[in-house]
Amino acid sequence: MSGLRILVPIKRVLDYATKPRVNRTQTGIDLANAKHSMNPFDELSIEEAVRLRERKVPVAEILAFSAGPPKAQDVLRTAMAMGADRSIHVVVEERDALEPLGVAKLLKKVVEGEKSDLVILGKQSIDDDAAQTGQMLAGLLGWAQATQASSVSISAENMVTVTREVDGGVETLKAKLPMVITTDLRLNEPRYASLPNIMKAKKKLLEKKTLKDYGLDEKIRLKTVRVTEPPPRKGGVKVEDVDGMISKLKELGAL
Amino acid sequence: MFSIARKSALRQARTQLRLSQATPISQHSALARLLSTLAVLEQKDGKLNTSSLAAVTAGTKLGGSVTAFVAGSGVKSVADQTAKAQGIEKIIYVENGAYDRGLPENFAPLLVENIKKGGFTHVFAGHSAFGKNLMPRVAALLDTQQISDITAIESEDTFVRPIYAGNAILTVQSSDAIKILTVRGTAFPPPELEGGSAAVEEGVDPKAECQTEWVSEDLAKSDRPDLGSAERVVSGGRGLKSKEEFDRIMPPLADALGAAIGASRAAVDSGFADNSLQVGQTGKNVAPQLYLCAGISGAIQHLAGMKDSKVIAAINKDPEAPIFQVADVGLVGDLFDKVPELTEKLKVL
Repeated sequence: MSGLRILVPIKRVLDYATKPRVNRTQTGIDLANAKHSMNPFDELSIEEAVRLRERKVPVAEILAFSAGPPKAQDVLRTAMAMGADRSIHVVVEERDALEPLGVAKLLKKVVEGEKSDLVILGKQSIDDDAAQTGQMLAGLLGWAQATQASSVSISAENMVTVTREVDGGVETLKAKLPMVITTDLRLNEPRYASLPNIMKAKKKLLEKKTLKDYGLDEKIRLKTVRVTEPPPRKGGVKVEDVDGMISKLKELGAL
Repeated sequence: MFSIARKSALRQARTQLRLSQATPISQHSALARLLSTLAVLEQKDGKLNTSSLAAVTAGTKLGGSVTAFVAGSGVKSVADQTAKAQGIEKIIYVENGAYDRGLPENFAPLLVENIKKGGFTHVFAGHSAFGKNLMPRVAALLDTQQISDITAIESEDTFVRPIYAGNAILTVQSSDAIKILTVRGTAFPPPELEGGSAAVEEGVDPKAECQTEWVSEDLAKSDRPDLGSAERVVSGGRGLKSKEEFDRIMPPLADALGAAIGASRAAVDSGFADNSLQVGQTGKNVAPQLYLCAGISGAIQHLAGMKDSKVIAAINKDPEAPIFQVADVGLVGDLFDKVPELTEKLKVL
């Protein structure tokens, strides 16, 4: 075994601290001029890949990948500044954005082309909150999967032990590589890219490709009917003291 | 001028076409005959996880027949018991210990076989750890784009779900032949477990190989109601300062109310509370009758998990905390004074 070839797919999303606003035509979220950054769960994926290498697991390569608008190369640069060796950017304009199934099909081709043996994805992207891509990819490849990982270790025999977050606690799984892992918040604390590393990342290879290069022609299956604001909660009251709170809660029928 | 005329002529033609279609009622009943739902149930150690019955509720809301599915060792008895749940026409069970842990590597092919055999048009499962792990794999194997965490059904192909941590509500129409959906439990209350009489039938078992091996589990033990389905939830945040304070202040309040305990991500990350208690975009979604929180500022990621609660009460010392914008009852004050006082006064009630 010459070392792991890790693929880390990442997504450029509206920054988590930004409050999304529904556009006036109710067709989507107003994304123009809003701050974007790497999906927080994807930062964990990059971090985990880099940490595997630091933990002396033989890692041949960490490849960051993104399918998204031209600006998605910013998040790929960030990934390389954090420690990814090179990256591939499949340029997909916003209006042609792929659905998770399309992304999974694309990733399958990338995995086959790059001979990856471990794919680490975020458990969900914070824009569409679908939480599907990793599982779909594992299904298409017929690989083992471990979702919502909070701890990952790899033995010399390519045996991967993953602790995953489940309802009510954690469970531990074991599988042999190749496999797909999705990250949970508890997995690690992503590092900040240092200035020298950001400069170095500019020299790392970033390949631009198109969907055609992968021979993919995936139709969109889901049509957005409309996007609306959630119903606002009625403004409540502030009470003076604990007694006030108890009587108000009684009044509202909550006690 | 000409183009306007043409457009309106087109519109007229379209309207007429629409009018000439069959009346909506007959269309609906024709559809209802064709709709058939498979509701994937969860079981553990031969016990049904009743919150997974939300999938049945979703199926009944859709119309058409509802078949439930359960697999594992000793599931015949689970199926027999569940047969009394209202709204289920038939229960398919597959008796095989290989499915006990719900590992998607063999559970997905199992489901796919049974979906194909039954010719189901819709497959619902809960948006739980089990459903989230399994269903996208099933969807990929069937080449269909799953719709996750739906909160409402508009028609047989149109569904409603929150996106952007619940800051926007998306209505989406699927063109896939088989619709795979996970449902938000709090939006689809489980049916009555009495009065139904479903047929119980054995399903097909492809006995697919599983590449992963289940090693162990470590579940937080609790005598309190389950967080996801509790009527009342008390929740603590960073304001509690330490695990000791969290354990000193929150459990008595929970006991006084008969409530489940939740926590914000800040509290979980700081080690005050177990991860399984986290409420929010990346934790659990709750919608109890009462959500009482202390020391939680109300970041959008947290609000995503609790803003469908019937009544929200908040105690926080910062009068500007965003939590007060959604709280029905807010109390500005030091939680270390207010919560114990509240606990004492609730005990006397």
